[in-house]
Amino acid sequence: MKKGRKKHWYEYLWIWTIVYFALGFFNILFAWLGMIDFILPLIFAIVGGNKWFCNHMCGRGQLFWVLGRNMKCSRRKPSPKWIASKWFRYGFLAFFLTMFGTMVFQTYLVFSGAGTLRKAIKLFWTFKVPWQWAYNGSVFPDWVAQFGFGFYSLMLTSTLIGLIVMALYKERTWCSFCPMGTMTQGICKLKAGKTKPEA
Amino acid sequence: MRKAENDRNRCVACGLCALRCPREAIEIRKGCYAFVDITKCVGCGLCEDACPTGSIKVKEYEVARV
Ligand code: SF4
Ligand code: SF4
Ligand code: SF4
Repeated sequence: MKKGRKKHWYEYLWIWTIVYFALGFFNILFAWLGMIDFILPLIFAIVGGNKWFCNHMCGRGQLFWVLGRNMKCSRRKPSPKWIASKWFRYGFLAFFLTMFGTMVFQTYLVFSGAGTLRKAIKLFWTFKVPWQWAYNGSVFPDWVAQFGFGFYSLMLTSTLIGLIVMALYKERTWCSFCPMGTMTQGICKLKAGKTKPEA
Repeated sequence: MRKAENDRNRCVACGLCALRCPREAIEIRKGCYAFVDITKCVGCGLCEDACPTGSIKVKEYEVARV
């Protein structure tokens, strides 16, 4: 982003975010690749005690910047104060994890045979969008695809929320309450707590 | 003289300010918050302009607690 500085490969990861959604449109099994964006930040936080993922290689954050700033799709207005408040951030994290748990449970139902594979994407945890073209069977059991549909729904929903707040407020407003961001900062704070970072 | 000051309680440590800063004056401390090195900061305001939470602000150095 700075002038006259060598660009690193990871500054282009916003392209990965677009590629990810495109792949999932054609085959839902690609949704599993999104687990990288889930596990990597946690590894950085738990092992390294840092937010290197957020700070340097999050494609989603970068995409909001590219669209919001470079392509002028953002009003660039300050967001309401409550959006970055602790109760909202941790509340949204709790909500998100609950929804993640529900999704894993649905996968389990298909795995155990109590449920059947539903080839649909659920947006905003409410609206069902048919997505049957993205799966026609594979060598994997049905639950693998079920997880794909569920995970893709989660990724798409959170990106759409991010795009809405990007348009309305600052480019990367999503980062103020992004569950991954909140979770990794929380872990880092716990880790650093012993050495009192606030001092 | 104007310098950037960060509200550590509000900061989400996203690191956008550090990416924007032309003087490399900002460091994300242990994934907890953005720390401004006031000896490097020139008060340009690029960090404030990008910050999604409004936690980092350029203020008059005399008034600002650093
Ligand atoms: S807060 Fe979320 S969207 Fe923002 S950089 Fe971190 S992981 Fe990416
Ligand atoms: S005001 Fe400018 S120089 Fe100072 S920390 Fe912010 S971006 Fe860096
Ligand atoms: S941009 Fe704002 S919220 Fe993000 S690390 Fe810098 S001061 Fe904190």
